[in-house]
Amino acid sequence: MNVDETDLPGLGRRKDFMTASGRRIGVVELREGQTELIVSTWDDPDTCQASIPLTGDEAATLGNLLGGQHLAMKLTEEHKNVPGIVTRQFSIAPDSPFQNQPMGKACIRTRCGVSIVAIMREGEVLPSPGPDVVLHTGDLLVAVGTQEGLDSAADILRHG
Amino acid sequence: MDPLALTLIELGAVVFCLGLLARLAGRIGMSPIPLYLLGGLAFGAGGIIKLEGMHEFAHLSGEIGVILLLLMLGLEYTAAELFTGLRRSWQAGVLDLILNFLPGAGLALLLGWGGVGAMVMGGVTYISSSGIAAKVITDLGRLGNRETPVVLSILVFEDLAMAVYLPILTALLAGVSFLGGLTTVGVALAVVSLVLMVALRHGHRVSKAVHSENSEVFLLNVLGAALLVAGLASAMQVSAAVGAFMLGIAISGATAHNATRILEPLRDLFAAIFFVAFGLNTDPSSIPPVLGWALVLALITAVTKMATGIWAAKRAGIARPGRFRAGATLIARGEFSIVIAGLALASGAIPDELAALATAYVLIMAVMGPLAARYVEPLVKSVLPPAGIAAKA
Repeated sequence: MNVDETDLPGLGRRKDFMTASGRRIGVVELREGQTELIVSTWDDPDTCQASIPLTGDEAATLGNLLGGQHLAMKLTEEHKNVPGIVTRQFSIAPDSPFQNQPMGKACIRTRCGVSIVAIMREGEVLPSPGPDVVLHTGDLLVAVGTQEGLDSAADILRHG
Repeated sequence: MDPLALTLIELGAVVFCLGLLARLAGRIGMSPIPLYLLGGLAFGAGGIIKLEGMHEFAHLSGEIGVILLLLMLGLEYTAAELFTGLRRSWQAGVLDLILNFLPGAGLALLLGWGGVGAMVMGGVTYISSSGIAAKVITDLGRLGNRETPVVLSILVFEDLAMAVYLPILTALLAGVSFLGGLTTVGVALAVVSLVLMVALRHGHRVSKAVHSENSEVFLLNVLGAALLVAGLASAMQVSAAVGAFMLGIAISGATAHNATRILEPLRDLFAAIFFVAFGLNTDPSSIPPVLGWALVLALITAVTKMATGIWAAKRAGIARPGRFRAGATLIARGEFSIVIAGLALASGAIPDELAALATAYVLIMAVMGPLAARYVEPLVKSVLPPAGIAAKA
């Protein structure tokens, strides 16, 4: 994917690309540190239908949602030939008993046979995280397992 | 009354009124500059109330206002951005200069204000207000638009052109001979290129020299350095404002960002007083006779800026609606037109009508610019229906 980077002298920098559906989408990083999500209108790719200011947290969360989706889609594609295996994403809620705890404490693989194959954090992927990776609020865990195993893993992550 | 008490009361009343005007401007979503100018007209020579006590203070504060305006303009851009801007947009920049300098200069010659008057009015009509343009772009959510970098690079070019223009103007206003003028131009060009080179290579050192973690020390460092450089530049006849602009360019990175944050309130205060001081020196009764010319000039230079923007955006491969948006964003004239007219007025080398014409012109353009930027698109779409879209698809 080709991302165009354009300087906006005095204001910041624009990074965007053209989607297959013909819309331009990207972000403007302002000098003062804010980020704006931009989406072009359908009839005039030069102009923006929306220019949405995002806080750092919001931008990271959006990055997780989109990146997680991409990862999950790829994994699902790979596991297509193995019946019964599903991919699912869990986010670590602020009230989760495992936030700020090493992931190994949840013993998810032992208790429900589910593997955590990646963690999405602030728009970055931590592939094959080990048991000593500390979980934080807002992390998105990409898990692979059976339907029932994933259900119980979700329950463990939420309630311990 | 005690003169000090009188000055304080007048100054307080004026600054308080400026606050009210700025709030009004914010409420109706326009630039406060025209309102400040009107405020100055109302309080100055021949206005509703004549304020004598604050004249001296207003004059010096106005000078500091100009220095801060230019310093902050320089802080906005890094030397690298200036170079890229110059490379990317010099053709559009030259077209911009020709199309928008000539109407002002031509009218000045027509009205018999001579070569110096032509040089001043040309500058007034040439330079767009980068402050108003940046605000329009942000307010209308056009940061992500494709024509925005085109507009911004033209503004960058104009600001660099200012760095060469202001020293020339200063020399001309001081009545320097042709040969002397050439020397000043040579010195100005050399200084500008030298500072750009230094800023590109050693910007971090200049930044380090003024930087401090303590915001009080930092403020005093930056302000002191700016006034010092401006004063030295002025002593060398290179124009105080350009000295400050160059210092702003040399300061880069995080230091520049912090300096902008810390100087912004000061700039707002002193620039507001500068606009008022300019208005104070203009007799309101001198405006109606030149209003007709101001309107003609406004119309012509709105069209020429529009043409500049359209041409530049077309070259950048922008479709029709975007071309018109680019042109309309450039229409606004504001702070720098008044800076130029103010320099000229202070030197006493130009007739009073010129200041009146410049005031009327900026009043019109600062109001019309943002309106044009906002309404050009629906207007173009209703006048030229789907053709633009069909041609693109």
